[in-house]
Amino acid sequence: MATLELQSLTKNFGATSVLKSLDLTLASGEMLVIVGASGCGKSTLLRLVAGLESPSSGRIILEGEDITNRDPSKRDIAMVFQNYALYPHMTVAQNMGYALKLRGETKEEIAHKVAETAKLLGLGELLTRRPGQLSGGQRQRVAMGRAIVREPKLFLFDEPLSNLDAKLRVTMRAEIRRLQQRLGITSLYVTHDQVEAMTMADRLIVMEAGRASQIATPMEIFEKPANLFVAQFIGSPAMNILQPAEAAFANIPANAVIGIRPEHVALDDNGLELLIDLVEPLGAETLIYGTLPSGQRLTLRRPGGPPGVSTLRVSFPQDALHIFDTTSGMRL
Amino acid sequence: MERRTIFPGKLLPMLLIAPQLALTFVFFLWPAARAVGEAVTATNAFGTSTIFVGIDNFTALFADSQYWSSVWRTLVFCASVSLIAMVLGMLFANFTDRNLRGKNWYRTFLIWPYAVAPALSAVVWVFMADPQIGVIGRYLGPNWNYGLNGAQAMGLVIAACAWKQVSYNFIFYLAALQAIPRSLVEAATLDGARGLTRFRTIVWPLLWPTTMFLLVVNLVYAAFDTFGAIYALTGGGPAGATETLVVKVYEDGYIGNDIGGSAAQSVALMVLVVALVSLQFRFLNRRVQS
Repeated sequence: MATLELQSLTKNFGATSVLKSLDLTLASGEMLVIVGASGCGKSTLLRLVAGLESPSSGRIILEGEDITNRDPSKRDIAMVFQNYALYPHMTVAQNMGYALKLRGETKEEIAHKVAETAKLLGLGELLTRRPGQLSGGQRQRVAMGRAIVREPKLFLFDEPLSNLDAKLRVTMRAEIRRLQQRLGITSLYVTHDQVEAMTMADRLIVMEAGRASQIATPMEIFEKPANLFVAQFIGSPAMNILQPAEAAFANIPANAVIGIRPEHVALDDNGLELLIDLVEPLGAETLIYGTLPSGQRLTLRRPGGPPGVSTLRVSFPQDALHIFDTTSGMRL
Repeated sequence: MERRTIFPGKLLPMLLIAPQLALTFVFFLWPAARAVGEAVTATNAFGTSTIFVGIDNFTALFADSQYWSSVWRTLVFCASVSLIAMVLGMLFANFTDRNLRGKNWYRTFLIWPYAVAPALSAVVWVFMADPQIGVIGRYLGPNWNYGLNGAQAMGLVIAACAWKQVSYNFIFYLAALQAIPRSLVEAATLDGARGLTRFRTIVWPLLWPTTMFLLVVNLVYAAFDTFGAIYALTGGGPAGATETLVVKVYEDGYIGNDIGGSAAQSVALMVLVVALVSLQFRFLNRRVQS
């Protein structure tokens, strides 16, 4: 497995700037997850690394070699596509062995490697089937197998789980992560699902409009979001953003807004009155939506069942507050 | 997705399908029945008496070496036209499937030949190939004269007929290429396949159903729809060198006045069409299933 380095990578489509000068280094065996809303440039980043698009400027360095202008077929990078992109006219075994065959490996070698990978992924029974005869989860596995069997320098995942149903997604998520760690595969993983991002990543890039808003470990990003965008993007339900109009806030600089996660809002008999307008019991916890005296909306996340009252008194513990600059949105 | 409209009663549905049925009857079933009728009769040269001769017309036909040489000629002609038209159609489709500047113009121009009437396209080819006045033909030297040289004449009609069919194949191949998900080709690229290897192992197998379909369509076109072009270009000559089966039907029936023999040829052709079309339907069905 290899290290990957991106140096001021930029991509413009005509006058539109899709990726704005991104710098990034991946350690060997690291799983880096790129998360962001659609259109933020995360797929473009992946395609640039794969060589399916060429960058407007900047360099891509894989294992110490500059591959910026190398043909995608010679980069030794494997990619798992959102729609799996399995070759419909080939069997599972042929799909997995395709790259090996092109590389000129012998039939015995190919059969051996394919069988081994198939065993790893539990695909043994399916080797003679065609993609059309497989379920979504099985296709996903084959796509993984096709990438793994090559033992490439780098893995790219382009929203590989978004076509699966919710339950399968959770299992596959864990399985991909387990495989990735076990095989020590350096990986770039694109997703728009923040749970996937949080659970799978060694490090996370939150992208916004072609820029990396923050690159850090998932917990760092959760605990210390670099700006308002990251604060609201990571965490569910999203962080509450309040104007410091409420008397409850002391020592807040001018031109600042306050963020507080729904689970950090405290119940306090001397606090502000929250007029509840919606309660969502989720079983182990309950989401409470309401309005503060200043008219601002607030979301609470409390363990246990519904409170059974129409108003609550709440306060905001000083150490749970995130303070952001109003104009730049940056953390203060 | 199934879309179905159920009309109440019987009168309206019958009225709605009546025009198509009438057309089919007047232009297909009736002439076909007449052809079968005439194929088993012999009419004298003045058309004054007609006698029933059973299968005599057919036995005479199949014993005729000229008929078999026409069959062979037709096979060569059909195979050449289909091959050339399909290869060029696929080639052009592959070119324009990429993101070329002006690809919409390119596509439009490629589709045009299909809209030209066969006889008119033949006139265009005459203007190009004529040994005296042709814009290309006059430079081809004294040995170029498709009016005398049978092989040259055959080459010319093949070129003219293939040219017209390239558009059709182009459209189908382009549609088939565009139906291949881009990620498939990209996946193959990342797996290490480039250029011709990628085409041979990924694209070509996925174009196979289209190719089978087009093969039948092209064979049918070359065998039956090329009368106008051949007749206007060479009239079947020189010395029968471009006389395919459809031209021979016309020659024998209208020029040779052998209505019965010509009708027997038509019936033989009809059987061939039915065979080819049923073949086509089998491929079409398979395509829908896959």
